[in-house]
Amino acid sequence: MTITINHYLIVSLLLFAIGFFGVLVRRNFLTVLMSIELMLNAVNLNFVAFSRRLSDLTGQVFSVFVITIAAGEAAVGLALTISLFRQKKTLNVEEASTMRG
Amino acid sequence: MTGGALLTGTAGWLFVAFAVLALASAIAVVAARNPVHSALYLLLSFLLVACIFILQQAEFVGAVQILVYAGGIMVLFLFVVMLVNPGTPRTGRTFQHQWDIALLLLPVLLLPFAYILWTEKLPDLPVNPDALRMVNGKLGGNTEAVAWSLFRDYLLPFEVASVFLLVAMIGAVVLGKRSAETMD
Repeated sequence: MTITINHYLIVSLLLFAIGFFGVLVRRNFLTVLMSIELMLNAVNLNFVAFSRRLSDLTGQVFSVFVITIAAGEAAVGLALTISLFRQKKTLNVEEASTMRG
Repeated sequence: MTGGALLTGTAGWLFVAFAVLALASAIAVVAARNPVHSALYLLLSFLLVACIFILQQAEFVGAVQILVYAGGIMVLFLFVVMLVNPGTPRTGRTFQHQWDIALLLLPVLLLPFAYILWTEKLPDLPVNPDALRMVNGKLGGNTEAVAWSLFRDYLLPFEVASVFLLVAMIGAVVLGKRSAETMD
């Protein structure tokens, strides 16, 4: 089986789409955060695949940065989760509608 | 390796297996009712993507993926799941009202990309895996090469990332701590 860049792009696109769908439809705030992590992971897949294709390390360095950003985002997001749970006693994003979003 | 092939032979089939399993566990993350199950499927998905990284000789990124994602972020997620302990919702919906519209609109997002991937033939570049482990003109390891690039060409972004982590840490502490009036 010969794998080209297109295979990587397809896998990454599907992974991103699954994460995007999760962000749109899940009611549980924790699962929404997990779906965002899936989307970031899909981007990393592309970075590393293009790094190999172009024989350039920049993609791998950037995916390390993306993982850093994902860690920070998870920390703040989970703090928000705890804050939301204290305020509303639920993790349902539909309940957090004070700003009529 | 010549042409545009990134992986060939057994490695190619392994990529297919890892990718299919990663996508399946990603679907399970979105579909699982219980957040703990979602978190465990997410862990599986991260590990499989790390396997794909290692398969294409990006060992350092694979190791960071396992350590930071599977080790750090997942522990944080499971910790919060245990802390708020929402339990499995026996009744009530897992998805929001608009899930059917979202499912219908998802192909609208996917189709342009699929069309581009189908019609656009990306030019075949010679893949040179040794270029990813060149350190100062000598052949080293992938970790060494990434470190060389990170600390020489990307030193400023590296420092900015450390400041970002500090800000995120302070933000998480401020958001997570109980304010004085609600504490009893």
